[in-house]
Amino acid sequence: MTKGKIVGLEGSFAVAEAVRMANADVIAAYPITPQTHIVERLSEMVADGDLDADFICVESEHSAMSACVGASAAGARVFTCSAGQGLELMHEVLYIPSSMRLPVVAVAANRALSAPLSVWCDHSDVMALRDISWIQMFAENNQQAFDLTTCAYRIAEDKDVLFPTMVHIDGFYLSHVIEDMVLPEEEEVAGFIPDYEHPFVLDPDKPVSMGCYGPPFIYPETKKAQDVAFDNTRPKIQEIWDEFGEIFGRHYSPVESYKMDGARIALLTMGSCSETAMLAVDELREAGIDVGLIRLRLWRPFPFKELREAVKQLDLLVVLDRAISFGMGGPVCSELKSALYNKREDLKIVGFIAGLGGRDIQISEFKYMVTQAQEKVKAIERGEEVETEIIGVREGGGR
Amino acid sequence: MGGEGLGWKDLEIGFVVTEPGNASSYKTGDWRSERPIRENERCIKCGLCYIYCPEACIHEDEEGYFEADLYYCKGCGICAHECPRSVISMVEEKEE
Ligand code: SF4
Ligand code: SF4
Repeated sequence: MTKGKIVGLEGSFAVAEAVRMANADVIAAYPITPQTHIVERLSEMVADGDLDADFICVESEHSAMSACVGASAAGARVFTCSAGQGLELMHEVLYIPSSMRLPVVAVAANRALSAPLSVWCDHSDVMALRDISWIQMFAENNQQAFDLTTCAYRIAEDKDVLFPTMVHIDGFYLSHVIEDMVLPEEEEVAGFIPDYEHPFVLDPDKPVSMGCYGPPFIYPETKKAQDVAFDNTRPKIQEIWDEFGEIFGRHYSPVESYKMDGARIALLTMGSCSETAMLAVDELREAGIDVGLIRLRLWRPFPFKELREAVKQLDLLVVLDRAISFGMGGPVCSELKSALYNKREDLKIVGFIAGLGGRDIQISEFKYMVTQAQEKVKAIERGEEVETEIIGVREGGGR
Repeated sequence: MGGEGLGWKDLEIGFVVTEPGNASSYKTGDWRSERPIRENERCIKCGLCYIYCPEACIHEDEEGYFEADLYYCKGCGICAHECPRSVISMVEEKEE
């Protein structure tokens, strides 16, 4: 088991430490709240000579990702990070490294989208990135932010994977909060992330063309190849997390549960609010309600098998969304319904939206969701339309 | 062009193309609806058609005339427009 030392670190600094220990060659990033501290810390490390990397001061997130694509194509280990509007500006380029199978690693400090302007956390930015074919995972605390960023390099660069990988940390909740965590020994991390070689790099002695033109006669074949390869990354992700667990003593899996023994009802969450949900589950269990918690660790590729396994014994699944898919409801809830359709007809799924634009989600609100979901099930059974409720939103109307 | 018959399993990772310069095998001549025809008698061999051709498909032959390679010529008509002697005319392609 790992030695390491216990330190108090801000989530952003935990990410920067992971990038430093991964010995990244190129960092191209543009600061944006709430991701700024990651960029600042990394640029400091490079300036102080603590990290032997090229730090490219780009003029936008679009350029940040473009520089990462170029550097990765040349075989470098790269890093970038962004949030909210920055991810939106980066959006066009995000499809490029995944289609070109370049193992770029990025961290997103999740933030709401304008308008109105909000720098605070929700998952609107994440939801806009669902289809970019990046491996995406959620951290709940600073330890996980470090661990998952470390694992992201191993996963992305694995010869059977070769897809860019993004770690989601909730803006402010993790990026700006100092927590105690174990910082492993550098040699151990270096051993876990060895140098890698991409089968194709930009090399004048062995010329190849990347990011080519794909006319209609070949484009669908390229997308099929990408889709199959992306689907096939699932076992490798688990394998690498298992290896990490053996070395460092902290274990991760695509779907993680909490107090699910004998549970008939479960809450489902992603990201930092999972820890609040755990406290709610503790209190509900004490009150004699058979409720547990399912945390979606791996968001893409979607962990169908593990999810079906996790909900096996449930009657009711209560899904929390921190974003709205306008005109559709909660995006995570819709995806879960689609993942479980035809598999568990007797399972009721009720979605709630909360925590938009940094509004805190309290323990009492998770408890409310569990109680209220049972009422909604009764309404569904009576054949009534049940709309997705936004927790704690004020009605007003009295003016 | 090569590659029309390739299946998804035949592609290199990330659709990398390992044969340098193979874009030259891509036929753009079938985009053409009109082809450039030159009257040699009045041509002064100035080479402006060669310079202006956006497809770079015009080459100088042994006698110094400038000939379009119809494998690539897209029929844009720029050579005809730019020719100072107006010796190039664009003639509609017929079904062969
Ligand atoms: S028609 Fe256009 S493409 Fe064809 S030879 Fe003339 S300039 Fe070139
Ligand atoms: S531009 Fe006209 S005159 Fe000049 S080389 Fe071409 S065809 Fe001849």
